[in-house]
Amino acid sequence: MDQFKHLINILARPYIMFPAMIAAFFFVFPPTEGLMKINRRLGLYKLWTNKGGVAIFSFMIASFAFGLTDENFRLIVTKPDNVPIVGLIFLVVFFLWLAMKQGWDNDARQAKGLKPNEAEDAKENILVWPDLVYIELIALVIVSALLIFWAVSLHAPLEQPANPTVSPNPSKAPWYFLGLQEMLVYFDPWIAGVLFPTVIMLGFMAIPFIDNNRKGLGYYTFNERKMAISIFLFLWLILWIFLIVTGTFLRGPNWNFFGPFEYWDIHKLEALTNINLSEMIYMIFLQKQMPSNILLREIWGILLVVGYFTLTPLILAKTLFKDIFKSLGPLRYSVFIILLLLATSLPIKMFLRWIFNIKYIIAIPEFFLNI
Amino acid sequence: MSSGEPNVIAKLIDWLSKTQVAKAIFRTGIPRNRRQRMTVMLNNVFLHLHPVRLPKHAVKIKYTWCMGGLSFFIFLVLTVTGILLMFYYRPTVEYAYGDVMDLKEQVPLGIMREIHRWGAHLMVITVWLHMFRVFMTGSYKPPREFNWIIGVILLVLTMLMSFTGYLLPWDQLAIWAITVGSNMAGATPFVGAAGPGSNLLALGDVNFITSASDARFAMLGGRFVGEGALLRFYVLHCIGLPFVIMIFMIVHFWRVRKDGGISGPV
Repeated sequence: MDQFKHLINILARPYIMFPAMIAAFFFVFPPTEGLMKINRRLGLYKLWTNKGGVAIFSFMIASFAFGLTDENFRLIVTKPDNVPIVGLIFLVVFFLWLAMKQGWDNDARQAKGLKPNEAEDAKENILVWPDLVYIELIALVIVSALLIFWAVSLHAPLEQPANPTVSPNPSKAPWYFLGLQEMLVYFDPWIAGVLFPTVIMLGFMAIPFIDNNRKGLGYYTFNERKMAISIFLFLWLILWIFLIVTGTFLRGPNWNFFGPFEYWDIHKLEALTNINLSEMIYMIFLQKQMPSNILLREIWGILLVVGYFTLTPLILAKTLFKDIFKSLGPLRYSVFIILLLLATSLPIKMFLRWIFNIKYIIAIPEFFLNI
Repeated sequence: MSSGEPNVIAKLIDWLSKTQVAKAIFRTGIPRNRRQRMTVMLNNVFLHLHPVRLPKHAVKIKYTWCMGGLSFFIFLVLTVTGILLMFYYRPTVEYAYGDVMDLKEQVPLGIMREIHRWGAHLMVITVWLHMFRVFMTGSYKPPREFNWIIGVILLVLTMLMSFTGYLLPWDQLAIWAITVGSNMAGATPFVGAAGPGSNLLALGDVNFITSASDARFAMLGGRFVGEGALLRFYVLHCIGLPFVIMIFMIVHFWRVRKDGGISGPV
């Protein structure tokens, strides 16, 4: 049993779990026709049936129940402020399943030349009193009951009085900001805490103006909007929800990574072997002294970053996003691709860290400018 | 219930609804026939948020998930419990923690703080799920683009409401979570003391952006999370942000109706 738990701890390490999730993601939510075919051949779409739902939830409940037998897992999951995140996991998976199931059902109907289920329902008009008002009343009663039950059974936490001289280890932001705090591992605060939140919000606001696909308004579908849904789910499920879950359950003292069954040892040491790209180039590859001129020192990183934001859009416009470029036009495409590249810069930076131990691509601490 | 003798309670309600007082308050009477069911929606200011008629898909829970409505409901719950908590809570370093402790220890059957805290967590979740549903049904597509933007702003405001409230218990969890969060403000480019470009705003050797004049200082009303921050967060949490969020909520609901009601297949 201990070996099994140890195995899970190893599999949960970010550099194993995260690439595995990303790899699996594009088969489960295929953005292109080619990946869609693989999805069908592998039968992955069966996740979005009643049987698939039962399977997903049985697996989740079973692993959760198994986890609760472990002391370390129980300690972190049942912490009062972490209970909502456990709820969040189940709710997100449930509603993801509900949306995808209806989407695939409607796709199957449309393949047969039928209209989506919503269109069948919409033929009939109903009166809001009583049909909607009563549904709302019932929903309110249920949620009130849930809140009261939750409030009676779980006390709101109150720790020791505030003491500016004693900082708890780890110091965590409120759970909904833990995705940002997780980004702090890979980016400086001005990127993780200021630039990215701003870009995320502006990017979300830009969605209606980037997605010019007029299909799929007012009913669930996957096939008609697979690129849009795939990108959105990647951002939302992996870079938003998953990072929060990681930050809540798997980050312990000194913001070190801990597996779900690992004791949060405050003395756990992780070797700090991270180096900057410029150091890597000059000191390891060229075996030279670092140039004293800042621009000369960081020119490689600057070229990489500039190239990432200028060349990649051009290459993608000719290849993977050819159709998107054609339908969006240069301006909208530029906005779309810059936002997307900013988002993918996070996983890229993660991989650079895990594989090459790279700390900064551009490191100009003289001006607090590290990327 | 539809057939057979009406029981005593039904008779009583029937009689009450015919009194002058009831008629003065509820113009429509008990909505029994089709005409009354339509006019009740128009005559009541709260019900009037809704249209009179809807296509059937729009009331199905598997389509709407109820998440938008529940977010609003939880907001109201938080307003009520928040007002009750304000009776007992003083936002000073001296009293804050003790007041929260009193709420916990001295109030028999007191669950207002619990409902407020868990409700706040729940509201963040329901708002996120509402956004998720709106995306998955493509409801942000024209003509509803602007309301999606309002929705994103409301989502940010919800998290800011939650964030400002996090400090108020004034325990270790609170001040260190806000310390982590507010340190990021100190790294804002140009206007944060630890941000890139902060030393560009200088006159000779004198920096204008220092830890006593930067974005973080404005947020906390001090160099660290202390008296100033507590009062600022309290005012923002109880007055400032609710005021802003209400305005955006009004626009959000109004635009749902004006943009053609809840989305549906064309």
